[in-house]
Amino acid sequence: NVRVAREVGLFPAPGADFSYVGIDAILEQMRRKALKKGFELNIMVVGQSGLGKSTLMNTLFKSKVSRRSTQAPPEERIPKTIEIKSVSHDIEEKGVRMKLTVIDTPGFGDQINNKNCWMPIMKFINDQYELYLQEEININRKRRIPDSRVHCCVYFIPPTGHCLRPLDVEFMQRLSKVVNIVPVIAKADTLTLEERDFFKQKIREDLRAHGIDVYPQKEFDEDAEDRATNERIREMIPFAVVGSDQEYQVNGRRLLGRKTKWGTIEVENTAHCEFAFLRDLLIRTHMQNIKDITSSIHYEGYRVRRLNESNAQSNGIAEHDVSASEI
Amino acid sequence: MSTAEVARQAPDGARSVPLSGHVGFDSMPDQLVNKSVGQGFCFNILCVGETGVGKSTLMDTLFNTKFEGDPTKHSQPSVQLRSSTYELQESNVRLKLTVVNTVGFGDQINKEESYKPIVDFIDEQFEAYLQEELKIKRTLHSYHDTRIHACLYFIAPTGHSLKSLDLVTMKKLDSKVNIIPVIAKSDAITKIELAKFKIKICSELVSNGVQIYQFPTDDETVAEINSAMNGHLPFAVVGSTEELKIGNKMMKARQYPWGTVQVENENHCDFVKLREMLIRVNMEDLREQTHARHYELYRRCKLEEMGFKDTDPDSKPFSLQETYEAKRNEFMGELQRKEEEMRQMFVLRVKEKEAELKEAEKELHEKFDRLKKLHQEEKKKVEDRKKLLDDDLNQFKQKKMAMELLQSQGQQAGGSTTLKKDKERKN
Repeated sequence: NVRVAREVGLFPAPGADFSYVGIDAILEQMRRKALKKGFELNIMVVGQSGLGKSTLMNTLFKSKVSRRSTQAPPEERIPKTIEIKSVSHDIEEKGVRMKLTVIDTPGFGDQINNKNCWMPIMKFINDQYELYLQEEININRKRRIPDSRVHCCVYFIPPTGHCLRPLDVEFMQRLSKVVNIVPVIAKADTLTLEERDFFKQKIREDLRAHGIDVYPQKEFDEDAEDRATNERIREMIPFAVVGSDQEYQVNGRRLLGRKTKWGTIEVENTAHCEFAFLRDLLIRTHMQNIKDITSSIHYEGYRVRRLNESNAQSNGIAEHDVSASEI
Repeated sequence: MSTAEVARQAPDGARSVPLSGHVGFDSMPDQLVNKSVGQGFCFNILCVGETGVGKSTLMDTLFNTKFEGDPTKHSQPSVQLRSSTYELQESNVRLKLTVVNTVGFGDQINKEESYKPIVDFIDEQFEAYLQEELKIKRTLHSYHDTRIHACLYFIAPTGHSLKSLDLVTMKKLDSKVNIIPVIAKSDAITKIELAKFKIKICSELVSNGVQIYQFPTDDETVAEINSAMNGHLPFAVVGSTEELKIGNKMMKARQYPWGTVQVENENHCDFVKLREMLIRVNMEDLREQTHARHYELYRRCKLEEMGFKDTDPDSKPFSLQETYEAKRNEFMGELQRKEEEMRQMFVLRVKEKEAELKEAEKELHEKFDRLKKLHQEEKKKVEDRKKLLDDDLNQFKQKKMAMELLQSQGQQAGGSTTLKKDKERKN
């Protein structure tokens, strides 16, 4: 069937083929609706201080979105306990509006005794699920439930070059069960390419050995095409990144980079570091998927646990799944 | 480290920051659309109208296919809803279209309850969705949504005004579904009559407080066309799946001796407008209104009916939770009661069986006793006889011994003749 390409709002020109129904116009309708509504994205960054978390966020979103930039800190201090600081920004690109929330976790891994440092973070993530759940089960609920759930947690691994530390393992083991974790090797410009490859391999082995499922998780691959794409990503994880919000002149172009005595590291040059892959994954190709996994897997998992545990508590019996429709 | 930038404070506390380069999240609408294409779409249309008013034909014409089904007879005892689902595909879009027809609407002598099956059907779909939403383990993203997104109400082309059945039915439906009224078989009405008819219908709808679906005018891209279309409601449609050659093209049309009505000619009828509004411009909005307005209303009413309340913000209990628990307790109680019943039944049965078995055992014992007795008697008899025989034998032995003694004595005393004689005598 020959179909005349048409803009929404115009009638087909006379003489056009009328066997076209117009069902595929729904795609355009959805796009319009999405543009009007805008999008939300909540990213959490976790890692010791000094690993360049704020800089990386600023580099990713090409603007001053991190906590540091919105407050004028009197002096740098490392908090005594882990704090969770959340900052939101409205950004817009080509008509697409996004509410970006960057959640910072200063103090993580900075104490002498880091035991249970994952706890406040886990609690924060679960609190967001709880907030959403509460709104969802209201009788009079908002048309659009505000989504503060953490869609993605970027975990910064210090570039030791050896393997994962117990803190890394402990954190990722626990949190990969409730949130999408994207591990990155921070300040990767301190590693040579060979060191980097070795480090990555070690990390991947460690992740496998401890049963840590980072994003994109194998079990959520939808079809063969998905799996192929995601396998390629999984072979690159963790991304070795370098962040910068300074521009330098390189070969006549102004590029984001880090200037050192021995050369300029171009952030977006994939021969130098893997920042571009991270950006593409998080923003350009998999952002919707990250949000979908959060809402249909992690949030649903939380909801099931929460509903079951309250039931079990009140009845004092062992939990088993009973759906409301069975009752 | 640069100093913090001064940024505007947006109403919800988020600040607006400018981007210094291309980030790439402008691909988000595409990502969203791709995901939806992968999942496929659902669209459910309910056609309400009297038998023979042209509902099935219009559906066939709208979607360019021949949906199954024979024309229904007029002898239905009550209104029934017949629903069929079809998978349509156009370019890369897969649509699961469900067409629900009211069968027998307007055929009964007493039409007071005619609207009820329709309302019940719509509620059932909401209920099914609500149940899925309330489940503990749920799969909302792959749930086949059967909620009615659009209700095409077919008005008979009398040219005068709405029938009271129409008013009553539409009033009952307007808070549950998006109603789009259409004038069916509008080739029976002249242009002037049609204009008057439309005005009459609109004023009757307004004066009776019937809320029909308004095409949305808040998005600038489509506001203009939608508001223009709102003025053309109800759409005067003609349906036809027959193609006739007009000029040098094949067109959907109806041929009369006095001329040919072209379905897709805007001067002849509003079919194109209907298709435009229903499918090409507002399908997504119809779905959204169904979910965000009609379904939410149903849900709210249903939950309040079940006895929930949202309390004030500080002590927000898990109110649904409480009823889960209450219901669960009830359910458990029910289970326990049933279990008790079954246990008692079981005990009863066991007792009965036990009694039976005891009976049988008793019988067996008796039998055994009898047999034993019999056996003993027999044994005694045998023993008696044996005794007798033994006695006989003994006597015989004694006699034999006596004889032998006598003989031995005789031998010693006399000759062997006596022995011989005895022997002879014996032989």
